[in-house]
Amino acid sequence: MTTDSIPVRTADAPPKSARKTGKSAPPGGRSRQLFRHPGAGRQHHAGPLAYILLGIAALFSLFPLYWTMVAASSDNTRVTQTPPPFLPGPHLLDNLGKAWQDAALGKAMLNSLIVAGVIALSTVLFATLAGFAFAKLRFKGRNILLMLVIGTMLVPPQLGVVPLFMMMTELGWGQQLPAVIFPTLVSAVGVFFMRQYLSEALPDELVEAGRVDGAHSLRIFWSIVLPIARPPMAVLFMITFVHAWNDFFWPFIVLDMSNPTVPVALTQLSAGYVRDQSLIMAGALLGTLPLLAMFIVFGRQIVGGIMQGAVKG
Amino acid sequence: MAISTSTSPDGAPGTAPPDGTGTGAERQRRRTLLHRLDVHGAPYAFVAPFFVVFAAFSFYPLIYTSWISLHRVELSTLNVMEWVGFDNYTALWEDDRFWNALLNTFTIGVLSTVPQLMMALGLAHLLNYQLRGSTFFRVAALTPYATSVGAAALVFTMLFERDFGMINWMLSLVGIDNIDFENNKWAAQTAISTIVIWRWTGYNALLYLAAMQAIPRDRYEAAAIDGASRWQQFLKVTVPGIRSTIVFTIVLSTIGATQLFGEPLIFGQGPNGITGGADNQYQTLGLLLYEEGWKNYQMGRAATVAWAMFLLLIVLFVVQRVVKRVLARKA
Repeated sequence: MTTDSIPVRTADAPPKSARKTGKSAPPGGRSRQLFRHPGAGRQHHAGPLAYILLGIAALFSLFPLYWTMVAASSDNTRVTQTPPPFLPGPHLLDNLGKAWQDAALGKAMLNSLIVAGVIALSTVLFATLAGFAFAKLRFKGRNILLMLVIGTMLVPPQLGVVPLFMMMTELGWGQQLPAVIFPTLVSAVGVFFMRQYLSEALPDELVEAGRVDGAHSLRIFWSIVLPIARPPMAVLFMITFVHAWNDFFWPFIVLDMSNPTVPVALTQLSAGYVRDQSLIMAGALLGTLPLLAMFIVFGRQIVGGIMQGAVKG
Repeated sequence: MAISTSTSPDGAPGTAPPDGTGTGAERQRRRTLLHRLDVHGAPYAFVAPFFVVFAAFSFYPLIYTSWISLHRVELSTLNVMEWVGFDNYTALWEDDRFWNALLNTFTIGVLSTVPQLMMALGLAHLLNYQLRGSTFFRVAALTPYATSVGAAALVFTMLFERDFGMINWMLSLVGIDNIDFENNKWAAQTAISTIVIWRWTGYNALLYLAAMQAIPRDRYEAAAIDGASRWQQFLKVTVPGIRSTIVFTIVLSTIGATQLFGEPLIFGQGPNGITGGADNQYQTLGLLLYEEGWKNYQMGRAATVAWAMFLLLIVLFVVQRVVKRVLARKA
């Protein structure tokens, strides 16, 4: 029993004890795993202070969201009293219903779902295609093109809004969803992300083997790359979805209140002179809920994905 | 798109049906030709969608912006462009609002980026400990990233409210009088920076954490043997070890800071949003661009602001490079 519990514990155990148990354990897979945690500086076990600081950070992160819920479930007088309320009130459903109507959130949600869904799908597809090419295929100008992809990350979208707006008006896409969707169909970060993943996770031999078997590039992509790339594709999908759902500047310019996405619709709530704070918070809560739900379910994967896409020192 | 390049030659050049009739050698030759075409052409087809979309919706507009900025274009008549040369630029140069917006963008940028990255560094360091519930802390740190500018700005606007806001209430507990966060310039800029900090600190922390985990462990051992304290290890091993990630986040946050738009707009609560407060006290370049184009209907002037933003970014990167080089020489 005790020997069974050792490897489980060592994953979280302080390095010193890990080394000790490592010595006494028989050679083999288990002890090798133990030796991977030598007493190096950064493997210190977190002390109480670290937990306190992390707790404060978590509170700082989560409190505004919690308070959104508190305010959304109160009426306006309760929200605006001093000291402010810290516990949820009884009006959550009323307020959500009212905000839903006032900000036309039904239509906005559907619009956001379409926009974010299409953008995420196309970004993932094109990023995987391009990422595969950059990671595993040899072609002239590959490095220059890759540098260009990375370089495009430095061009802020703001710089093109004026002509983009004129283009969209000319195309007759003003106030239409395609005006939001088309400019963001691809993402340089996505291409870079998939390239990083595929250079490591996809063995060259597998691509070679496909070639020897007479498969053309698209076939290799379909049968070999896609199955391997599924996990990062899921992560990229979620990250892109979050970005597209939250995108504000361009949708705010090109869409109007008759056909908004969620962030655009939310501005409607605070724009009036008579302001019902609890209603505003109810709207904010509604606009955030879909993504919060996604975070609660897939939080671990999203976190892992962002860390994987990071530039490693 | 990708399919057509690899399969269309299949049908096009072959007058004979693909199978059966051709001689073995001919078929072989055609197959190698096809194979060659596939090997050399497919990569371009795979990367093409990215470049096509980027060229059409980012690069072309970027160039076209400069052309528009030399014209007088009104929002109501977008197809009428009247050549005015550099008038928009000289007007911008003489416009106090521009210098005000430039300065605001800079101060809010510093107020939001510097604490954000410092806190992210500390948070990443903490998350790098052997930790119980590490997933919870990581997800919690990243949650603000999932909220939209709209929702986040609405909540914080309320927390920073002058009369009943929670932050003024907490300040009153320690004996500080109500602060008018909307109308006091520095208070407003601090409040807006807080929204940015709140949304992005966790994200940056995770980038740092990923880089920290890639630092070879023996460097810490060597430092420990040399008698370095934990703090010294942090300064001499961790920070240099993730330097490229730090540069990466500085670049990204700088770009983000020059673009700042939604937070001040919503913080202004409607009528005062676009002008960045009654006295433009927190109007950023992004807001000025919007004001010129979509409130004053002068698209040419808006395009000029866009170019000013681009120039600002270029200047910032040059400065950053120079600083980096100077620092590298010192080290």
